[in-house]
Amino acid sequence: MHDVIKEPQPQTDWAKIRADFPILNQEVHGHPLVYLDNAATSQKPRSVIEALKHYYEYDNSNVHRGIHELSNRATAAYEGARERTVKYINARSSKEIIFTRGTTEGINLVAQAWGTKHLKAGDKILLTELEHHSNIVPWQLLAARTGAQLVYIPVTGDEGLLDLSQLDQLLTKEVKIFAFGHISNSMGTINPIKEFCARARELGVITLVDAAQSAGHCPLDVQDIGCDFMAFSGHKMCGPTGIGILYGREEILEDTPPYQGGGEMISRVQFFETKWNVLPHKFEAGTPDISGAIGLHAAMDYVDSVGRENIFKHDQELASYACSRLAELGHVRIFGPPLGGTPGHPHSERGGLVSFLLPEVHAHDVVTMADQFGVALRGGHHCTQPLMRKLGIQSTARASFYFYNTREEVDRMIDAVAKIHEFFSRGL
Amino acid sequence: MDFEELYQQVILDHSRRPRNFGELPGADVDIQADNPTCGDEIELHLKFGADDKIEGVSFTGSGCSICMASASMMTQKLKKKSRAESSALMHTFHDMLTSEQETEPPAALGDLGLLKGVRKFPLRVKCATLAWHALEQALETKPASSGEGA
Repeated sequence: MHDVIKEPQPQTDWAKIRADFPILNQEVHGHPLVYLDNAATSQKPRSVIEALKHYYEYDNSNVHRGIHELSNRATAAYEGARERTVKYINARSSKEIIFTRGTTEGINLVAQAWGTKHLKAGDKILLTELEHHSNIVPWQLLAARTGAQLVYIPVTGDEGLLDLSQLDQLLTKEVKIFAFGHISNSMGTINPIKEFCARARELGVITLVDAAQSAGHCPLDVQDIGCDFMAFSGHKMCGPTGIGILYGREEILEDTPPYQGGGEMISRVQFFETKWNVLPHKFEAGTPDISGAIGLHAAMDYVDSVGRENIFKHDQELASYACSRLAELGHVRIFGPPLGGTPGHPHSERGGLVSFLLPEVHAHDVVTMADQFGVALRGGHHCTQPLMRKLGIQSTARASFYFYNTREEVDRMIDAVAKIHEFFSRGL
Repeated sequence: MDFEELYQQVILDHSRRPRNFGELPGADVDIQADNPTCGDEIELHLKFGADDKIEGVSFTGSGCSICMASASMMTQKLKKKSRAESSALMHTFHDMLTSEQETEPPAALGDLGLLKGVRKFPLRVKCATLAWHALEQALETKPASSGEGA
């Protein structure tokens, strides 16, 4: 993966890093907390919590139009967060960085503002069967508005890989936008996003990368990836909830009408017409989440101080370890790319999560019992209902890792899963 | 531990071998209830007799052990009940799961009282009440046989 920010730390002190997260130091149901629900949201380091506190205690004010000192500070901090994001994903300029509420809003912005202008009946929208609901439903709404048609790259099976042999057939000139996740939140699959973007570009197809599961876990370089849009959330990468980023290539954003109307996004308002503000403010109507942006800035600094390549390796090692320990238990159905690769699939790497099912035990029951042992998992369809239905299941239990998790925590999870299996096997 | 109360053998038995599970030919009402948070789906099938009491009941679908056990035990209690009696049972069951204090389950609930442990797992109350949401809707419908002027 391409390196954006210099990766330090020849030797990482993971225990010291873990101590930066106050919330992890607690007991749940009489056991030390093992937090393995990071794909849903990550925990926050002290530096992020302090940045929010400092802002509200010293600098709180509205941005951009104020002339007084506090407004200057708030504006500088808010725009500073935008500049930090430019570096974080190697965008060309801050005009390409739009603050949103999160990945979902970013995708909705593209589907509504860009999509409504550029799509018409007969056009195609290409997605994959791995997508999260947030990368399906906005496109369904767009299709209903415009008469465009949805097309999906199929998933092969439990291994959660996309059937790339169909890519040439599906990615055609009729496709106006190709939107796909970088790392699947329910299978852990890492998709070949750079290849997707290159193939799309040859045909003039616009691309959107849903980077919700990768932005805090691996280096991202939008110029190297070659995408037109990228959306991600702050809260899955140590930042606060309610703030996210939409990256858009400048010339495409210029050719996109506003998403919402209001203050901030205008340059001149008359009673019957309005001239839009310049990028990126055209897409930020109303008072933004200023503290959220400041918290996200602190989160990016924190994540990069640990090092994203470092984090990626750490998450992957934990996921591999969890997969092999689950396999040792026998009778566990494990989803996602198998360890050691899949023949015929050059792109079969797994990110830092593992979805699984025990025979005869519903995922909700697994998660409720694991919680009694202090182990926080997630059970459900993970907002990927169409994928679940295709695999003939309703739900899975999922453990998702971050850099503060340890092998001992994986062992604790395995112990819990073994006990759960034993408990539910009684009387069978 | 609380989960041993939650997952008693009777509950596990109902979830593994649900009673009245399957289609109900000639049903007057087929109503599906979904739990969008987990994807569980239960369809309840009811047939009312000439006296408007429940003559036949079954369910289909799938869900977690709490959801399946609750549906299974519910269908056992509904036969020969009037709409008003079924509705009263539903409220008694719901009250047991949402009461602030732990109380002895009302005798009217029978084995359903074993689900009282769900009270301690607020996020699972939805699982235990899924089939009952279908019942609630089913009781609001008029059976086709009631005809005009009924």
